[in-house]
Amino acid sequence: MTPDTDTTGSKIGMWLFLYSEIMLFGGLFVIYAAYYRLHSVDFIASGKELDLIMGTINTVILLISSFCVAASITAVRQENKKLACTFLSVALMLGVVFLINKYFEWGHKIDLGIFPDSPAMEDSPHGRILFFSLYYTITGLHGVHIVIGMILLSVTMIFIIMDKIRADHFVFLENAGLYWHLVDLIWIFIFPLFYLIL
Amino acid sequence: MKETDTHIQSYGKLLSILFILLTLTGFTVFISRVDLGSANIWVALVVASVKAGFVLLYFMHLKYESILIKSSFLTTIGFLGILIGFMFWDIAFR
Repeated sequence: MTPDTDTTGSKIGMWLFLYSEIMLFGGLFVIYAAYYRLHSVDFIASGKELDLIMGTINTVILLISSFCVAASITAVRQENKKLACTFLSVALMLGVVFLINKYFEWGHKIDLGIFPDSPAMEDSPHGRILFFSLYYTITGLHGVHIVIGMILLSVTMIFIIMDKIRADHFVFLENAGLYWHLVDLIWIFIFPLFYLIL
Repeated sequence: MKETDTHIQSYGKLLSILFILLTLTGFTVFISRVDLGSANIWVALVVASVKAGFVLLYFMHLKYESILIKSSFLTTIGFLGILIGFMFWDIAFR
């Protein structure tokens, strides 16, 4: 077996990388939890300033895009290249819509003077400053992951068109898919922590 | 055809998982607007964990992976649990 066909090894390697990602975001969530415990009143008040509808739409977008990526694996395995590329295109498009929503969400907050070190935040309670610093750090880092995921999915699509990913060799698609699902998984926890606290 | 001997998920099954995930999202948004006191955050986190479970088991195919990947995943979650547990322990008794 040549190294590039070691499917099990590739998958284990990808999962190991995902574990490091889980610990990275897990660490940030722990920081959130600690400050929530110390400043719960400010955190709850700040959470109400976020747009619940926007957050819900972005959750739905990521869930549907995750489905599309999972379905594209089925399509590749059934040797339906066209359908696989369609699924991946929809997932990519949804990624773009997610980022556009995020742009408007951040833009609106910045217009209101809510950003780290802004003059309007100077007189805010300490908990509110912490909440929004964490909001920008965590959703920003998540946004970077969306961009990387979209690059990976684009490369995957090119590989499918070039027949480098086929019904008998699709581990690259599986690994790119795993990354995209992880991005969705992280959002599943960002959503209640920032948008749903009451 | 060495990679085709593993499990293929049907579109119908994937769609039903998506439906469950969207329903849970609707439920968690609805319940978050009902004042349950401090239980709100716990309900939200439990629903999020259930959603994460569905994504992991079916979309990420974890249900059909080898024992090596399953056990190493659970080990990671175990270490994350230690991190979270010790942090709260520290905060509660300082």
